[in-house]
Amino acid sequence: MSDQIIRLLQSSICFGTVIMYGAMGEILTEKSGNLNLGVPGIMYLGGISGLAASFFYEFNNPDPSRLVCLVISFLAAFGAAALGGLLYSFLTITLRANQNVTGLTLTIFGGGVANFFGGALNTMAGGVGQISVAATSAAYRATIPGLSGLGLVGKLFFSYGFMVYLAIVLAVVMHWYLSRTRTGLNLRAVGENPATADAAGINVTRNKYLATCLGAGISGLGGLYYTMDYIKGTWGSDGTIESLGWLAVALVIFAMWRPINAIWGSYLFGLLFWVYLVIPGLARKDIELFKMLPYLVTIAVLIVISLRKKRENQPPASLGLPYFREDR
Amino acid sequence: MTQATQHKEPLLRIVKRDGIARPKAYAIRLIAVLLSLVVCGIFIYAITKLNPVQVYEAIFDGAFGTNRRSWVTIRDAMMLLCIGVGLAPAFKMKFWNIGAEGQILIGGVVTAGIMKAYGSALPTPALLVVMALASILCGCLWGVIPAVFKSVWNTNETLFTLMMNYVAIQITSYCVALWENPVGSNSVGIINQMTAYGHFPKLFGQTYGLNVLLVLLLTVGMYIYLKYSKQGYEIAVVGDSENTARYAGINVKKVTIRTMAISGAICGIAGFIEVAGVSHTISTNTAGGRGFTAIIVAWLAQFNTFVMILISFLLVFLQQGAIQIATQFNLNDYASEIITGIILFFILSSEFFINYRVILRNRKGADGK
Amino acid sequence: MENTYAIQMKHVTKRFGKVVANDDVSLDIKRGEILSLLGENGSGKTTLMNMLAGIYFPDEVEILVNGTPVTIASPKDAFACGIGMIHQHFKLVDIFTAAENIVLGLHEEGKLDLKAVSARITDICQRYGFVIDPNKKVYNMSVSEKQTVEIVKVLYRGADILILDEPTAVLTPQETDRLFDVMRNMKADGKAMVIITHKLNEVMEVSDRVAVLRKGRYIGDVATADTNPQKLTDMMVGHAVTLNIDRPLVEKRHLRLEVRDLTVRTGEGVKALDGVSFQAFGGEILGIAGISGSGQKELLESIAGLRAAEPGSHVIYHPPAPDEPIAGQHVPVDRAGEELLGKTPRQIHSIGVSMAFVPEDRLGMGLVGTMGMTDNMMLKTYRSGAGPLLDRKSPRELAQRVKDELDVLTPSLNTPVRRLSGGNVQKVLVGREIAQEPSVLMTAYAVRGLDINTSYTIYNLLTAEKCKGVAVIYVGEDLDVLLELCDRILVLCGGQVSGVVDARTTTKEEVGLLMTKFRKEASQA
Repeated sequence: MSDQIIRLLQSSICFGTVIMYGAMGEILTEKSGNLNLGVPGIMYLGGISGLAASFFYEFNNPDPSRLVCLVISFLAAFGAAALGGLLYSFLTITLRANQNVTGLTLTIFGGGVANFFGGALNTMAGGVGQISVAATSAAYRATIPGLSGLGLVGKLFFSYGFMVYLAIVLAVVMHWYLSRTRTGLNLRAVGENPATADAAGINVTRNKYLATCLGAGISGLGGLYYTMDYIKGTWGSDGTIESLGWLAVALVIFAMWRPINAIWGSYLFGLLFWVYLVIPGLARKDIELFKMLPYLVTIAVLIVISLRKKRENQPPASLGLPYFREDR
Repeated sequence: MTQATQHKEPLLRIVKRDGIARPKAYAIRLIAVLLSLVVCGIFIYAITKLNPVQVYEAIFDGAFGTNRRSWVTIRDAMMLLCIGVGLAPAFKMKFWNIGAEGQILIGGVVTAGIMKAYGSALPTPALLVVMALASILCGCLWGVIPAVFKSVWNTNETLFTLMMNYVAIQITSYCVALWENPVGSNSVGIINQMTAYGHFPKLFGQTYGLNVLLVLLLTVGMYIYLKYSKQGYEIAVVGDSENTARYAGINVKKVTIRTMAISGAICGIAGFIEVAGVSHTISTNTAGGRGFTAIIVAWLAQFNTFVMILISFLLVFLQQGAIQIATQFNLNDYASEIITGIILFFILSSEFFINYRVILRNRKGADGK
Repeated sequence: MENTYAIQMKHVTKRFGKVVANDDVSLDIKRGEILSLLGENGSGKTTLMNMLAGIYFPDEVEILVNGTPVTIASPKDAFACGIGMIHQHFKLVDIFTAAENIVLGLHEEGKLDLKAVSARITDICQRYGFVIDPNKKVYNMSVSEKQTVEIVKVLYRGADILILDEPTAVLTPQETDRLFDVMRNMKADGKAMVIITHKLNEVMEVSDRVAVLRKGRYIGDVATADTNPQKLTDMMVGHAVTLNIDRPLVEKRHLRLEVRDLTVRTGEGVKALDGVSFQAFGGEILGIAGISGSGQKELLESIAGLRAAEPGSHVIYHPPAPDEPIAGQHVPVDRAGEELLGKTPRQIHSIGVSMAFVPEDRLGMGLVGTMGMTDNMMLKTYRSGAGPLLDRKSPRELAQRVKDELDVLTPSLNTPVRRLSGGNVQKVLVGREIAQEPSVLMTAYAVRGLDINTSYTIYNLLTAEKCKGVAVIYVGEDLDVLLELCDRILVLCGGQVSGVVDARTTTKEEVGLLMTKFRKEASQA
C-alpha cells in the first residue's frame, strides 16, 4: 500500500473521530426527542475549555504533568459542553422555547465564546497563532509504545491518540446502552412517544435533561479532540469547528441514529472529505467540490429514508416536538 | 386541560395563558432585553473593567459615533432584515427553512460570477437587473428543492435545508478558488475594483442608498403579501393547520413549494445585495451566519416584518458596538457573537412568560381555561 | 371481615370546571367477576375508571382495594394496588417489540434480559389463551394484537383488577370472541374485570353483573342473568325528555343528495363505511345516530370531498328545482345529478354546489384558531374577487352580522377565535357556513360541549335552514335531541346503515337498539 493511501486513511480516521464525537452526543440527545442544532456551538465550547484549562495549567507550571494536563482538559471540555447542553435543556424543556431557534442561538453563542477566548488566549500567549499547549497535546497524541512501530498495521491501526479508540469504545457502549439496558429503552421511549413513556411511569423531563447534557458533553469531546490532536494544541478562528459540527449533525442522519453506524460513517465522511489527496492532477478548486461529497451523500440518505419509510430508520418520532403533560 | 393529576398540588404549577394584552407582552420582552443588556454589561465589565455606563457609551459610539459607522450599522441591519423578510413566509407556514445561509450564498455566487464575466459587456443598470434575476432564480432553486421533497415524500426539511447550506458553501469555495485574485490569496478580491462595473450606484448621494431602498421595498412588500394577499392568507392557514387548509380547498403541496420559492428567492436577493451593494466580492463568509441569526429575527418578530426592523437594528447595533469595544480594548470581534447570543437567550426565555403563568402553591389563581 | 370485593368506590365526584362528570357514584367490583359498566357516550364511564387507573384525581372519593383504603394519585399507585387499565387509545411505542413495550418503565432488579421477559410473556399467554409474538414490532401488529400487548402489559405488572375501556370497539367479531374467551379464563383465575361498553349483546354475553351510569350518575346494578337488553336500554337511556324544539313539517321536499353504496377505508385499510346508501331531501333534517366511531366522520368527509371512497361508491347531488325557494341562489346544473365523489372541495364549489360543513373538530378543521372572526369568515371565499389581494370588507361585514345575529361574545372581530369559549367558536363556524346560503348543510356534533342556550340557538338555525329548503344532515349523539329535532333518523352501526326511522313516530328504545344491535336491512324511508 502506498504511503499516500495510508496517509489518506489516517487522515480519514482523525477527521472522522472529530465528527464521531459530535454525532454520538447528538444521537444521545436526539434519542430523547431533542433536536439540538447547537452541536457546532457545543463543540466550540468543548474545544476552547479544554484548551484554556490546559493552557493555564501549562502556563503556570514549568514542568507540567501529562496526566494532569489530560485530566483537567478532558474534564473542562466535557463540563463546559455539558453546561451548554444544560442551557439548551433549561430553555427548551423548562421554558419551552423553540428547539431549533434555541439550538441555533447556542451555535452562535458557543462560537462567539470560543473564538473570543481563543483570540484572548492567543494574545496572552504572545500573538496570533501563538498559543500552544505542547505538553497536553503530546499527551493526547501519545500512541501505545511498540504497537505503532508494527509496520503497516501499526501505521493504520495504532498510530493515533487514545481519543480515537475512546470514540469507538464509546460508540459500542452507547449501542449497548440504547439497545440492551432498561434505562436505554426508557430513553428511547421518551424520544419516540413521551406520552406513553409518561404513562409507564418514566420521568420524561429528567430523561430529556440527562440525555441532552450528557450528549452535549460527548459532542464537546469532539471539539477537544480537534484542538488537542487534530490541530495539535493550537487555536485557529477559521470556523472549521462550526463546519465540522454541522457535518456531525449530518452524520447523525447518515448513521440513521445508530452509534455503531456512526463509527464507519464518520470514517467514510473523512474518506470522502480527504479523497482528493489520492486523485492526481486536481486543482485547488476541484478539491472544494470533493469536500461537498459528505453533504450530498447525507442528502441522498435523507431522501432515501423518507422514501423507503422503513420505521426503524426514521428519526425518533417526537424529535423536535415539545412535550407537556397538560397538553394531553 | 389543566386538571391537576396529582394528589398534592406541586410547588410550582405552570398554566397556559388564555391570551395576553399586547402592551403587557411587549413589556415582558422589553424587560428581557434590558436584563440581557445588564448581563452583557457585566460580561464586558468583567473583561474590560470599564464602568458599564461607559461600556454602553462605547457601544453607542461604535454603532452611531460617526456618519460612516451609522451607515455601516444601517447597511448591516438592512442585510439582516432582508434575510429575515425572506424567511418570514416559510416560517409562518411552519416550514423550517434553516437553509437561508445557502440560499444567500448561491445568490451571491451567481451575482459575483456575472459581475466578473459580463462586467464590461453590459452597462451597469442592465447588469444589475441580470444579476438580480439570476440570484432570484438560484435562491429560488435552493429553496424549492427541499420543498418538493417535503411535500411529496415528507422529507425532513430542517435537516435537508441545513445540508443544502454546505453544498452552497462548497460551491462558493470552488468559485473562490476559480476566480482567485491575486493568485494565492485565497480570495476573489474586489471584483471590478477600478471600473466598479456592476456595483450599486450611489443613491441620493449615499453609498448604501440603494440597499436601503431595496430592502425597505421588500419589507413593505412582504408585509402586504403576508397580511393582505390571498397567497399570504393561504400561508397562514397552512401554518395553522393542514387539515383546515384541506377543508378550505387549499392545495397544501402547491402552497408549500410556492412559498419556499419566494423565501429562497428573497434570500437569493440578499446575496445579490451583499455582493453587488456591499462587499463586491464573494467568499464563504458572505452569508456570515446571518442566515441563522435571521431565523431568530423572524421568529421573534412573529413574522411581522416591521417588528423585524427593530430587532435587526437592535442586534446590529450591539454587534457594531461590541466590535468597537473590541478594537478599543484590543479584544476581538467575536465578543459581538457572545452578546448576540446572550440577548437572544433572554428574548427566547421571555416568550415563556408571555405564554405561560407560573402559579405558586397556596396562591389560587383563576383557572387557566 | 371476609371481603369478596376487590374494589369499593364510594361517593365519587369528579368535576371538570363547571361540568360534573361523575356525581356521587358508588361502585363495587368483586373478585372473580366480570362487571359491565354500561352507559351512553358522555355518561362518565371512562372518567370513573380513569380515577381508578390514576389518570384523574377525583374531587371526592373513598376507594378501598381489598378492603383497605387507598389513595391513587398516579398510574404507578394504581399498579401498586394491582389495578391495570387498557385504554381505548393504546399507549404503545410503535417501533418497539411487544416485549420491549411490556417491560417499559419497570424497575426490576438486574439487567434487561429480553429472553427472560419473552419467556414470562409466553407463560402468561399460555395461561390465559393469548397468542402473541414477543419479538414482533408494534407497527406490524393488527389492532387486536396491540390490544393483546396492552392486556399482557397489565398482567405482567401483576395486576389482578383489569379495566377494559371499550375493548371491542376496534375488533372484528372473531377477535371479540377470542377476547371474551381470554376474559373468562382470567375470571376463572380469580381476577376482577370491568368492561366499559355500550354494546348490549356483549354485556349479555360476557358479564356477570351490569352497572349502569347515566349522565354521570349511578343508576343501579343488576345480575346479567336477571335482565335483558330491553331493560338495560331503559336503564341506559332513561325516559325520554321533552325538549320542546320547534319542528315544523316542510310539505315540499326535494331529493337533494343520493348516497349509493358508499364504501370508505381508513388509513389502515379498515372499512369505516361499508355500502352505505341513503337519500337526503331539501326541507328536512336527516339525523344520523350511532355510537361514536361508527363511520359518521368518514361519511361527512367523503361527501364534502375530503376523503377518497372505494370504486363503485356514488354521491349524487340533485340541484334545486326551479320551483324551490332556494333555487334562485344556486347555479342550475345537469338535472340528471352531479357525481360529487372524486372531486376536491374546490371542484365541488366550482360546479355550483354550495355545501356547508360544520366538522367535529372545530378549531382543527373548520376554523383557523390563530385568526380572528373576520379572517375566518373568508376561509372558503377568500379567492373571490379579482386581483391578488384579499377583500376584507365583505368578510368584516359578515363577521359583524354573525356577531350581532348570533350574539358572539368576542373582544373584537380580530381576536383569535381559539381564545373564544366553545359556544362562541361554534357560533362563528355555524354562522359562516349558513351565510354561504348552502343547499346542503352537514353538521357533526354541532352542540357538543355547548351550554343549553347556545344549543337551542343552533337548533333554531338548523330548523330555519330546513324551512328554506336546505337539506340538513345532523350527526348527533344525544338521542333526545335527535328525536325532537330531526325529521328522519338514519342509524349507523359499524359503518353500515342499521336502519332509517321516522323521528316523529320512533322511540328512543328503537333507535338505541338499532345503534347497538346490527340489522342488515338497509331500509329506505
